[in-house]
Amino acid sequence: MEFAELIKTPRVDNVVLHRPFYPAVEGTLCLTGHHLILSSRRQDDAEELWLLHSNIDSIEKRFVGSLGTIIIKCKDLRIIQLDIPGMEECLNIASSIEALSTLDSVTLMYPFFYRPMFEVVEDGWRSFLPEQEFELLSSLTDEWRLSCINKEFSVCPSYPAVVIVPKSVDDEALRKVAAFRHGGRFPVLSYYHKKNGMVMMRSSQPLTGTNGRRCKEDEKLINATLRAGKRGYIIDTRSLNVAQQARAKGGGFEQEAHYPQWRRIHKSIERFNILQESLIKLVEACNDQSHNMDRWLSKLEASNWLTHIKEILTAACLAAQCIDREGASVLVHGTEGTDSTLQVTSLAQIILDPRCRTIRGFESLVVREWLQAGHPFQQRCAQSAYSNSKQKWEAPVFLLFLDCVWQILRQFPCSFEFNEHFLIMLFEHAYASQFGTFLGNNENERSKLKLQTKTLSLWSWVNRPQELNKYKNPLFEANSLVIWPSVAPQSLQLWEGVFLRWNRSSKFLDEAYEEMVTLIEYNKQLKAKVNALRRQLAELETDDGMQENH
Amino acid sequence: YLFVQVENVRLLDRVSSRKATLGTLYLTATHVIFVENASETRKETWVLHSQISSIEKQATTATGCPLLIRCKNFQVIQLVIPQERDCHDVYISLIRLARPVKYEELYCFSFNPKLDKEERERGWKLVELSAEYNRMGIPNNYWQMSDVNRDYGVCDSYPTEVYVPKSATAHIIVGSSKFRSRRRFPALSYYYKDNNASICRSSQPLSGFSARCLEDEQMLQAIRKANPGSDFLYVVDTRPKLNAMANRAAGKGYENEDNYSNIKFQFIGIENIHVMRSSLQKMLEVCELKSPSMSDFLWGLENSGWLKHIKAIMDAGIFIAKAVAEEGVSVLVHCSDGWDRTAQVCSVASLLLDPYYRTMKGFMVLIEKDWVSFGHKFNHRYGNLDGDPKEISPVIDQFIECVWQLMEQFPCAFEFNERFLIHVQHHIYSCQFGNFLCNSQKERQELKVQERTYSLWAHLWKNRADYLNPLYRSDHSQTQGTLRPQIAPCNFLYKFWSGMYNRFEKGLHPRQSVTDYLMAVKEETQQLEEELEALGERLASLQKVQLNDNKVKSKQQDQNKELGRSTFNISLANTPQEYNNDLKSFPSRSPSQGDEEDSALILTQDNLKSSDPDLSVNSDQESGVEDLSCRSPSVGGCLPSEDSGKDSDEAVFLAV
Repeated sequence: MEFAELIKTPRVDNVVLHRPFYPAVEGTLCLTGHHLILSSRRQDDAEELWLLHSNIDSIEKRFVGSLGTIIIKCKDLRIIQLDIPGMEECLNIASSIEALSTLDSVTLMYPFFYRPMFEVVEDGWRSFLPEQEFELLSSLTDEWRLSCINKEFSVCPSYPAVVIVPKSVDDEALRKVAAFRHGGRFPVLSYYHKKNGMVMMRSSQPLTGTNGRRCKEDEKLINATLRAGKRGYIIDTRSLNVAQQARAKGGGFEQEAHYPQWRRIHKSIERFNILQESLIKLVEACNDQSHNMDRWLSKLEASNWLTHIKEILTAACLAAQCIDREGASVLVHGTEGTDSTLQVTSLAQIILDPRCRTIRGFESLVVREWLQAGHPFQQRCAQSAYSNSKQKWEAPVFLLFLDCVWQILRQFPCSFEFNEHFLIMLFEHAYASQFGTFLGNNENERSKLKLQTKTLSLWSWVNRPQELNKYKNPLFEANSLVIWPSVAPQSLQLWEGVFLRWNRSSKFLDEAYEEMVTLIEYNKQLKAKVNALRRQLAELETDDGMQENH
Repeated sequence: YLFVQVENVRLLDRVSSRKATLGTLYLTATHVIFVENASETRKETWVLHSQISSIEKQATTATGCPLLIRCKNFQVIQLVIPQERDCHDVYISLIRLARPVKYEELYCFSFNPKLDKEERERGWKLVELSAEYNRMGIPNNYWQMSDVNRDYGVCDSYPTEVYVPKSATAHIIVGSSKFRSRRRFPALSYYYKDNNASICRSSQPLSGFSARCLEDEQMLQAIRKANPGSDFLYVVDTRPKLNAMANRAAGKGYENEDNYSNIKFQFIGIENIHVMRSSLQKMLEVCELKSPSMSDFLWGLENSGWLKHIKAIMDAGIFIAKAVAEEGVSVLVHCSDGWDRTAQVCSVASLLLDPYYRTMKGFMVLIEKDWVSFGHKFNHRYGNLDGDPKEISPVIDQFIECVWQLMEQFPCAFEFNERFLIHVQHHIYSCQFGNFLCNSQKERQELKVQERTYSLWAHLWKNRADYLNPLYRSDHSQTQGTLRPQIAPCNFLYKFWSGMYNRFEKGLHPRQSVTDYLMAVKEETQQLEEELEALGERLASLQKVQLNDNKVKSKQQDQNKELGRSTFNISLANTPQEYNNDLKSFPSRSPSQGDEEDSALILTQDNLKSSDPDLSVNSDQESGVEDLSCRSPSVGGCLPSEDSGKDSDEAVFLAV
């Protein structure tokens, strides 16, 4: 297929672009296969808008006489307006955008066409390999092994080719456990807590069904992670009610009778369309132009977004508390084990493990616990807050995770190596990107798409020093301890950097950030100068002393 | 004066009911004091009687008799007293102690910071309003000071020195005052040098349905003419229109545009003190909820209407600032009596217009000008003496919150930080200093407040290092000229201030404070600058000496270690909350590690070392309680607790 077929009108002059907090810009609108470009003809400062078609969530058109208006709502939540003279041009542009922003073939997406304008120093596709992670683990314990049972993606289509499992469980047993778990997602290692050797595992629900089916290998596998005489916790991210209902569909949960060394805790975290609707309502509230304070708070409340944040954070804190405070190992699962499960396991690691609060460590966490763990990004992030498709598989699961990280970052502003912009950047790229990192739903699909050779990794770009500087938190002072966030409503706030980003001017806040950077930079410079002078003085004084001894 | 002493009292933790500390409760003439039994800490919680807003005795249980003390600085203390009789004694005593009937009973008359007479007088002179009007550029061709009220003869709730248009004769002023509620005639609050526009304030006119007053009309005309650049005057009535209309039936009301030449009349609906009191009450109920859900909290916050009221006050201030700065039009502001909403709105507008009021000194001046001198009824509003509960209302609290909301939107614009606002709020209720005593200047003079008490401003000024906003720079663009908050749509800009209303629930706040971090960085930077200079000099002299004479040797061994901010390694125990109740019932095992293990390297204001002697009260915890009775009140300073304590859990209790 040629993109040219979809582009009915490649260029229109005298188009006016309206964006909040910017003066209107008049210029030429061009459509390419992957971008919508507006460039003003003024020579002095050619205003340009480059918008990826894949970032477009929905469009609306309006006509007043022959003047057409297209309102473009983006997945990054921004809304822009284009005034296009000429009804035909406007209709052509609108239908072209519509077609180009809803291409159904992944291989037509921009990452397959993008050619970097920078030199790739480190190939991001090879930056975070399970083997490296295992090597790190091996230096701490020898109770685990790397299993290649899934190298053809046949045992579990949503797992990576290699996973970490207890040493005492062989591949044959794993096969049986996989058959007992939803989607073949048998329990694997998610996190090893250095401090006390406790672990966090994740899986999908066991397929106990209404008859209370059991699987000896499954019981053996998870018991293998317990120390003698110790008990563990199973955190089920569904309410007891939902978990019970799942039995009718062949799913279920671990019966105490069969898992006597484990205690099950149900922590309900919402899924799918409930989350999507929550996002839609929240963004609607944020974009509400009315002047009524009451409506704002009740709309914020009615969106339930912060309730979801509180639920997810609470479950993650609980998992962390079991591991660190109760000295117990933990197994986390919901139904499929690809959504709420990953929210809990990844957030618990941020609380427990200082490494996850560094830039590299966080990237590694996203790769391990989201990409390799098989969170279906392509399905979940197909549409954002302006979607009207109402597809069951669309849900802002990853955005909720990022929001939770932001909440912890806000409570511990000096404990993270990255800043808010880093999280916002990840949000943007999960929904629309020139990089292949977030394409596909799991490693299996990614390998079939040959993303590693055909597209560039986000990490190849982000991890260059000039880019990284934008994402470094000037307040960072390595904090090696566990950080316990507060989950009280008073402590949780709306993430303005994402949700109000286009609705309020951030000028004064940006200025404050710059001021902060300046203060800290100046301090560092002074420190370097003073230290240098001290050394110089010390040398001089030693010389002096030596001369005297002669 | 040791009135009561009760042993084996339990102090409950509001957040976690599992945590309670056992100790002894003391009531003195000025404070409620709880001293923990644990011998190594003997943590003390001090609460001033004047901070107590309500005492509630709850039904006796098996463990004892619970007593709930709510404070005006939003601290809530829950005690369980073993014996019902003791509890009753404490309750009865506290009711009496928390409701003094004479000013002399208030803490400021016994508080003695050991300053000599001269220091005290200098303290009171720190803020001088005549100097402030000079700073504004007054007197000038249009405005002058009038002594018409020199013996409070015209208006007893006004200051003796009032500033009025030059063309307003004593006859006009007196005539106008007779046509205004409580004779509060229009007087200058703020003068905008750049374009001659001004903000004046008054009470409502006694217009009823048709009454007129020539002098009052002349007065408004004089104000308009004092701004030759504009051909009209805004009259802003800060009440809801319905309230203002209801007042007409009582012979009061608002200006009729037909009777006054060239005025534009404008209602800005800010609710009255009763609505505000109940709104705060509702919001505090939300703050007190035990483990509320997100919906409980947001619904409660919304139903309280609190943020809506804050926004209304801000909107009024923004309207006036815009009229003055952008349109160059003078504004007369009033409500009913002109001492509550009018004070709020005038001071918000001044703050937006003039960067001086955003400095620490300027803020003191602003409160002195728009609140203290113009007869804001501190005693009635904040219940210093036992009085009519219907007079109590968080009027200045709302103003202080407006300032905080602005600080959130303009982080570089204010010289002072959040802690400064919290301490000002605290002392408005504490009665430790004389500034906010009584209902008017006249009463304060009669009471000889300046001779018998100390000024808060001097106290805060002495400790100003603790109150500086590290992001403030006098040459920063945000510190220049008028602040222009975003107007539409901006509901989301107004946020719940947990730092104030939940300030004693340390666990709810960010565990690391950016402000404190930056303050430490700045302090270190200053030391580095000094050291750099010293090192440079030494290096130069050393090199010189080496060139000339090798014999000279300098010994400085202490300088060889690398630098590091030493202020940072103070830790605060950071403990998990109750994320799940189920955990309690799980067969318990001994924790794998000691609790101290997790004390994170956390920076909060708790850890910041402080120059304020009052703040050291809590570090002096070993001092026995046996001699509390003879301890001078001067030692028991009354600073809010966040300045002390190392542990989030401790801090909840440390009140004094």
